[in-house]
Amino acid sequence: MQTRKRYHIQAVNYLLFMALVGYFSSSPAYRHLEENQAKVVLAFSHFGQHVEPCRRVTPEELAKLPPNMRRPTECTRKRSPVTVELMMDGERLLYKVADPPGLFDDGGVDIYLDAVIPAGEHRFTVRMNDSVRVKGYNYSHEQAVTVVPGQLLFIDFDTDSGFVFK
Amino acid sequence: MQSAPIKRTYLALENWFNYSFGSWNPLYHLGTLTIFFFWIVLVTGIYLFIFFHGSLDGAYASVERITHEQWYAAGIMRSLHRYASDAAIGCILLHMFREFALDRHHGARWYSWFTGVPLLWMVVTLGITGYWLVWDQLAQYIAIGSAHLMDALPIFFGSMTGNFLEGALSDRFFILIEFLHLLGQPMLLVFALWLHVRRLSNVNIHPPRGLAIGSLAALLALSLAKPAVSHGPADLSTVPQILNLDWFYLNIYPLLDYWSAGQVWMLAFGVTFLLLVLPWVPPRKKGAAAVVDLSHCDGCKQCFDDCPFDAISVQARTDGAPHEHEVVVDPVLCASCGICVGSCHYSNPFRKAETELKTGIDMPQLPAEEMRARTDAAIAELGGEVGIVIFGCEHGFDVTLLNSEDTRGIKLLCSGMLPPSFIDYALRKGADGVMIAGCRHADCYFRFGNRWMEQRLEGARNPILRKRVDRGRIVIQGGAETDRRVVESALARFRQQLSENGGKRREGKIADA
Repeated sequence: MQTRKRYHIQAVNYLLFMALVGYFSSSPAYRHLEENQAKVVLAFSHFGQHVEPCRRVTPEELAKLPPNMRRPTECTRKRSPVTVELMMDGERLLYKVADPPGLFDDGGVDIYLDAVIPAGEHRFTVRMNDSVRVKGYNYSHEQAVTVVPGQLLFIDFDTDSGFVFK
Repeated sequence: MQSAPIKRTYLALENWFNYSFGSWNPLYHLGTLTIFFFWIVLVTGIYLFIFFHGSLDGAYASVERITHEQWYAAGIMRSLHRYASDAAIGCILLHMFREFALDRHHGARWYSWFTGVPLLWMVVTLGITGYWLVWDQLAQYIAIGSAHLMDALPIFFGSMTGNFLEGALSDRFFILIEFLHLLGQPMLLVFALWLHVRRLSNVNIHPPRGLAIGSLAALLALSLAKPAVSHGPADLSTVPQILNLDWFYLNIYPLLDYWSAGQVWMLAFGVTFLLLVLPWVPPRKKGAAAVVDLSHCDGCKQCFDDCPFDAISVQARTDGAPHEHEVVVDPVLCASCGICVGSCHYSNPFRKAETELKTGIDMPQLPAEEMRARTDAAIAELGGEVGIVIFGCEHGFDVTLLNSEDTRGIKLLCSGMLPPSFIDYALRKGADGVMIAGCRHADCYFRFGNRWMEQRLEGARNPILRKRVDRGRIVIQGGAETDRRVVESALARFRQQLSENGGKRREGKIADA
């Protein structure tokens, strides 16, 4: 009788083990985003402009250089910080000033900013300054987008196309 | 010592399992169970790999085929793979809690604790890369979360998170994750596991067969009852909304919705740091290490065989004595258990009482001479009908609490410290019975004290208890500090048994002596 009872309790322990493993392997469910929400991501890589303008090298100077080092322009290494701003419906949603990485401040910056937004139609304005020689923003783009729940609205940038909503 | 509530809570839990499982108590085999679960993970993982297609377009589809089309084989394997991984994490956490609650993480044992902490990280990250491979919405969620975390560390250039935007991901991602999950991380884990047990001797990596079969059957039943399934396929143009997280592995990711990645790292590193320094908090004085006396050591190597912490090594004789070997104690590794004193056949109390009892290896804090003096004093104090001497251990039930007119308790560093000849000695000097009350059965604080003692009494391990010693006058009853009732009732039964078998022999023995 005693042995039987022990086996029964053993079975209960195994069931408890199964229940714990089975439950916590996928429960409780976690809500990452509310039903009527979406996410906007502003992400791109970009080199800020040189702090000082590049200088055109004279033909005489070029001639003095070894053939493999003859570049038509000469630039200082230091680059400008990149400032980005995303406005949604007239309110600032995202903002960042990214300093160029590297020992000589000459690296490209990687921007990754995100925010949870309510689904629906919104007017976005995205702006960027990548030169200390320019006051205000030298890139700007405005667009109305209808965002559906659960959507990831990705805003990319490249120098040729400017800001692109994907 | 740990605060009583934690220890008592743990001991109550252990008691519950002791009742139904006995020596198979899973809490006594958490380390070996974890390794057993990893065997399941390895075997099922190899099977799953045969059908898995590691590419951006193929991963999810192949896992779906595994789960649904071949549910009876690969599907079950997938579920077993997940549930065994989860069970392993559960075992690791319980293992850590147990060692902490029972105060088995400091002193010479710091090393096992310290090397165990990175193991937890490795297992968790191994699980995380496993979830990436499925490439469903959950994988997408944790991949982006992980990338956020990596971006917050100042060791990577560029934005890793940017790789998980639409159009940026390629099959190379799967090659990297496959390499990590299938080869890099498991190999590192095996190496770390080897380091973890490096300072232990007689390491057992297999749980009792019955427990292994029971656990496997339970996981199998769970796999059939609740097969592991995927979320919808990953879609980088959307954000997963509801996620059925595996909380054993992925519990840190929801924090990213409330804290910055830097704060999450601070929490993770902070907890890790606290765990790492726990063996030294609060600072404690380490017990004195065993000391070898070569003039009483014939190099029999029994202490070397018995040391649970690999603190004793054997080398060629250096003192010119006509023996091949001598033993050397590494004080850094010595846990001060005294089991080696019980192993030494020179630890014989029958030597002339007027000369100091010297043994081959001794504990400065409780030398064999002092053990004999305490035994003599205990026997001299015995009164009543049936005189019983109880040899107990510092980490089990406090046997001095049982002191009464006819009972005297002697606390040793570990019950395995008791040389069997002391039992013979106590009985011949006038005790009617000897009780050995170490830690709970199968749960010696110093790993092998209980086991070695039982084997010595059975004649299966040197030094053995002489055959002529009446086994009816000896009882072994282990017990933790909360087991007073258990030990007391065993003592009462023993007293009754001695009384029925003709107690009162004590006076005669004293006269003989």
